[in-house]
Amino acid sequence: MAKQPNGRPIIQVQDFTAAYDGHVVLEKLNFEIYAGEVFAILGGSGCGKSTLLKHMIGLYKPAAGRILIDGEDIAAVSGDERMKILRKFGVLYQSGALFGSMTLIENVSLPLEEFTDLPPEAIRLIAMMRLQRVGLAQAADLMPAELSGGMQKRGAIARAMALDPQILFMDELSAGLDPVTSADLDQLVLSLSHSLKITFVIVTHELPSIYTIAHRVIMLDKQQKGIIAMGTPQELRDHSRDPRVRQFFLRQTSGEHGTSSAQPNSSAH
Amino acid sequence: MAPVDMAAASHNDVNFHSEGPRDGTLKVTIDGRLDADTTGIIWRRAVSTIKAANAQNVVIDAAGIEYCDGAGIALLVQLRELQKRKGGNFEIAGLRPQFAELLNDSSANFPTETKGMPPREGIAEEIGHNTLEVWRDIQVLVSFVGELSVGLIRTLIHPRDVRWRDALSVAEAAGVNALPIVALVSFLMGLIMAFQAAIPLRQFGAQLFIANLIGLSMLRELGPLMTAVILAGRSGSAFAAELGTMKVREEIDALKTMGLDPVRFLVVPRVIAAVFMTPLLTLFAGLMGLIGGFVVMSSLGFPLITYYHQVQYAVSYGSLVGGLVKAFVFGILVAAIGCLRGLQTGTGATAVGQSTTSAVVSGIILITITDGIFALVYYYLGV
Repeated sequence: MAKQPNGRPIIQVQDFTAAYDGHVVLEKLNFEIYAGEVFAILGGSGCGKSTLLKHMIGLYKPAAGRILIDGEDIAAVSGDERMKILRKFGVLYQSGALFGSMTLIENVSLPLEEFTDLPPEAIRLIAMMRLQRVGLAQAADLMPAELSGGMQKRGAIARAMALDPQILFMDELSAGLDPVTSADLDQLVLSLSHSLKITFVIVTHELPSIYTIAHRVIMLDKQQKGIIAMGTPQELRDHSRDPRVRQFFLRQTSGEHGTSSAQPNSSAH
Repeated sequence: MAPVDMAAASHNDVNFHSEGPRDGTLKVTIDGRLDADTTGIIWRRAVSTIKAANAQNVVIDAAGIEYCDGAGIALLVQLRELQKRKGGNFEIAGLRPQFAELLNDSSANFPTETKGMPPREGIAEEIGHNTLEVWRDIQVLVSFVGELSVGLIRTLIHPRDVRWRDALSVAEAAGVNALPIVALVSFLMGLIMAFQAAIPLRQFGAQLFIANLIGLSMLRELGPLMTAVILAGRSGSAFAAELGTMKVREEIDALKTMGLDPVRFLVVPRVIAAVFMTPLLTLFAGLMGLIGGFVVMSSLGFPLITYYHQVQYAVSYGSLVGGLVKAFVFGILVAAIGCLRGLQTGTGATAVGQSTTSAVVSGIILITITDGIFALVYYYLGV
């Protein structure tokens, strides 16, 4: 595991509250994500992980508080200002969300076509390089429907990286993928984090993946509507006193008879 | 084996027997197989026996149960809960250890009664809700019209920003591919109208005026209306389904976070395609209707030239252009409402179905209302 980077805060969440139709999901969250780190948001189902992510990327407006991306509040600006913030990050959606009506390379080229004045051959070259980076150069002219789940995810990463973002948000990186494919994706994240110094914000609940890639994690809880733990995965696993955190990291059940679950294999780090 | 025989066979697999209550104790004996097939046979009897007995103590002799799965355990849990609710004692004797373990794991610590449907709202409440709904829908529609207008105006200023390739493929799907059905419907409409009109008009020797009827109705009224309805059914629904699926698959969110406006990116090409295709389709529909009318006229012995002159005499340029203007507006409406419903899609496959239905229904309603407005405007303008 790489050591925790001590960069400047690139995302600042300040007194952030999220609500749907007056029903509060998350309340008064405060944390910072530093440039260059791989940051994981953990928690059980329905605890607001995806909600937090969707607010960070500006799809929803916070009910209170604010989220700053590189010092700017995405919910407070519009037009070109907002565009500038959007250009700083890419998003990988749970389903990949590649556009079904375009081939893979058209998907990756789209942001380049829309936001740059590069000539077509340059765009194709850049797009091919992105696809090669995620190991999909051979599949460039296939439609998303012709790709496997893991390939779609990698294709979506290539598209999210098209404009060289500083931050990549990932919603359930390895949801619905087999362990080998998701380990491949973990390696991809690690290598991107290492070579391009991209900041990753990953929503997940895959323990092996968390141990392999995350520098720091926060854990959200449904009842508390907020953060119950923050730190490196190892810290949380070994030192947290909160039973909910221990349950999560030691893969225990919530009932009292589930005491004999396997401890995750930590030799990989 | 017939199902009846099976039930009979299962019946022999399980036995339910009760004694008492004697001295406040009801003794129940269950033996045989308690599985998903057999438990149902004794369930009602077991429950009603316990309820009717109203005994202080219930003892179940389970020594004879050879096999018991989830269904059987559920029965025992149900009986236990029934007895507990009455404040009585409940005891199961002789249950084999492996089944007893299953039973101990199954504490019925969950609400056994489902909440059911929320109470039906009264008529007044329903009217109120629906009115609010319609009002909100109108608000959304107005703001969408605004967004769309901005998108279209931007298109005029920066025509190169439009995804013309998308627009062309939509134009092909909504326009060219609709030719056969538009042709069929309009031809038959012309033919049938002419035929029906021929019967009464013959009594007055006025069959020639069939040409006026067909010309005016096909070019000015029914042609644009039918074309728009077909467009709503074929393309409005398709737009809603396409955009709805994109919404469900998070593709719309992906566009937004890429900084691409879904209205400009998805709606504008579709509206442009529909706007150019509808008048063309309408012209084609008018022509096919006229041909249908001519089939009847020629069977009545009128030559083509007579029919042609009569139509030309009856239909002014105003009527023709009026029809095309209507078609133009209908095209915008159908495409816009289709796209709007698509973008409004909630989550899940059902939501896509709902928005598709809603796209067609709202499309047809809008077309009809607008047609009425056009009739009024044209009347006052003297078109």
